[in-house]
Amino acid sequence: MIRPALYLGALALLILAPFVLYPVFLMKVLCFALFACAFNLILGYGGLLSFGHAAFFGGAAYVCGHALEVWGLPTPVGILLATLAAGVLGVLVGALAIRRQGIYFAMITLALAQMCYFFFITAPFTGGENGLQGVPRGSLFGLVNLQNDLNMYYFVLAIFLIGYFIVARTVHSPFGQVLRAIRDNEPRAVSLGYDVDRYKLLAFVLSAALAGLAGATKTVVFQLASLTDAHWHMSGEVVLMTLLGGLGTIPGPAIGAALIVTLQNKLATGPLSAWVPVVLGVIFVACVIAFRRGVVGEIQAFLRRSF
Amino acid sequence: MAGKGDYILKTEGLTKEFKGFTAVDSVDLTVRRHTIHALIGPNGAGKTTVFNLLTKFLTPTRGTIAFNGRDITRAKPAEIARLGVIRSFQISAVFPHMTALENVRVALQPRLGTTFHFWRPDSCLRVLDARAEELLDMVGLSSFAHDEVADLPYGRKRALEIATTLACEPELMLLDEPTQGMGREDVDRITRLIRQVAEGRTVLMVEHNLGVVSALCDRITVLQRGAVLTEGDYETVAADPRVKEAYMGKAA
Repeated sequence: MIRPALYLGALALLILAPFVLYPVFLMKVLCFALFACAFNLILGYGGLLSFGHAAFFGGAAYVCGHALEVWGLPTPVGILLATLAAGVLGVLVGALAIRRQGIYFAMITLALAQMCYFFFITAPFTGGENGLQGVPRGSLFGLVNLQNDLNMYYFVLAIFLIGYFIVARTVHSPFGQVLRAIRDNEPRAVSLGYDVDRYKLLAFVLSAALAGLAGATKTVVFQLASLTDAHWHMSGEVVLMTLLGGLGTIPGPAIGAALIVTLQNKLATGPLSAWVPVVLGVIFVACVIAFRRGVVGEIQAFLRRSF
Repeated sequence: MAGKGDYILKTEGLTKEFKGFTAVDSVDLTVRRHTIHALIGPNGAGKTTVFNLLTKFLTPTRGTIAFNGRDITRAKPAEIARLGVIRSFQISAVFPHMTALENVRVALQPRLGTTFHFWRPDSCLRVLDARAEELLDMVGLSSFAHDEVADLPYGRKRALEIATTLACEPELMLLDEPTQGMGREDVDRITRLIRQVAEGRTVLMVEHNLGVVSALCDRITVLQRGAVLTEGDYETVAADPRVKEAYMGKAA
């Protein structure tokens, strides 16, 4: 059928891409794509707008940087540890935030993320304004040297695919069905006997952990963990990526992330370099007003109408 | 314990106050097992508030609620549901972006004990399809099983809601205006359906359509301004001048 063919095609493109495009740019795209897919799990499928996902992305970036640079842990272990840390942070933030809905949920997540941000500014192990620089990329169990950009690319691609698979599986699982029901009609889900808060919390924690996986991987790619990763701009950007690509579609956020990162890179060197936030703002408005389903959502809707 | 066997639901002095306004005023309600019991009354009489209190969507200011002799006054809504009290809502309570089959299956899922399993493919839910199809068939929705529910006509959504409620194997079904906003044909179908599904269960329903009430209900409680005005079978209640007065205003 069409779907497996599309996925195989996309996979082939991803495998061949570093021979055409700059691998570091592609790795950046993959990290943000994973971040957006993780975010989509809670916004698109949980119906909860978190405005604090930078805390998980940035928090994991620091944990990973610290683990590799100071503790000298092997790279995969550092990434795994950072993912776990983001999950634990997700439990703490989620347990407080899911008690409220809508704007209040967004505000609680934002407030807690800002607290994390100021913690990262003042804490001794984050390097303050300088961040953690020169994080060693290390190797894969001493076998594959990750200093090599091409090796690193395939490592990042593997991480992205694992994360993407976890999101896709979660959405199409017994748990995913319950989550969809809660998003569709929460009082009804309660009246059928579901403790909706526990399902929302699990979705939130999964989303936070995968956002952490993305942040930790980004640290290894750029050998840098900085305040930018934990800034609320990052929380806003991931909303934009998800909306642009297609909220509640599985590939949508990844495509949205690719578009935004590409745009940022192109604009950064051109005459519009000072205007990047304005351009992103215009895209955001256009997206919300004109094509709310996002790129993938609109294509799906078009295909459904036409066939 | 003869009393426990007779009554499935019993409230004593159930009261709900909203900032000085008493929406429900010391209501003593007893619902007999295996009956269809109606809660009627003019608009604003507090019928839906009573429903929300019974299903814990609201917390009572005073009074107690007992289900099967067990005090559930402080229980949470999802807990009540797991005990076997399943409610419907005034506006159709469906999951609009899922298919009819998925709607019913969501209610069946807890019996598999895999509702938190995010690592398993949803194809493991297919074991529930047979039962879900059976329930859809019962309410005449077999041919809509794979349609997205948002596209179904209103009457069909209400029928789906009943199928979903039944999937929970409720001991007590609380139906909030099951025929509200329906055309004649749908009303007849839903009435038949309620009679059919009430077999071996207990139903407490809020209903405006007195035709439906007279056709279905064994016992009727009339509420007015939050308090019980009278109670009895349809003939008794219909003959009560106070009931006419409550609905029509004082006769000149």
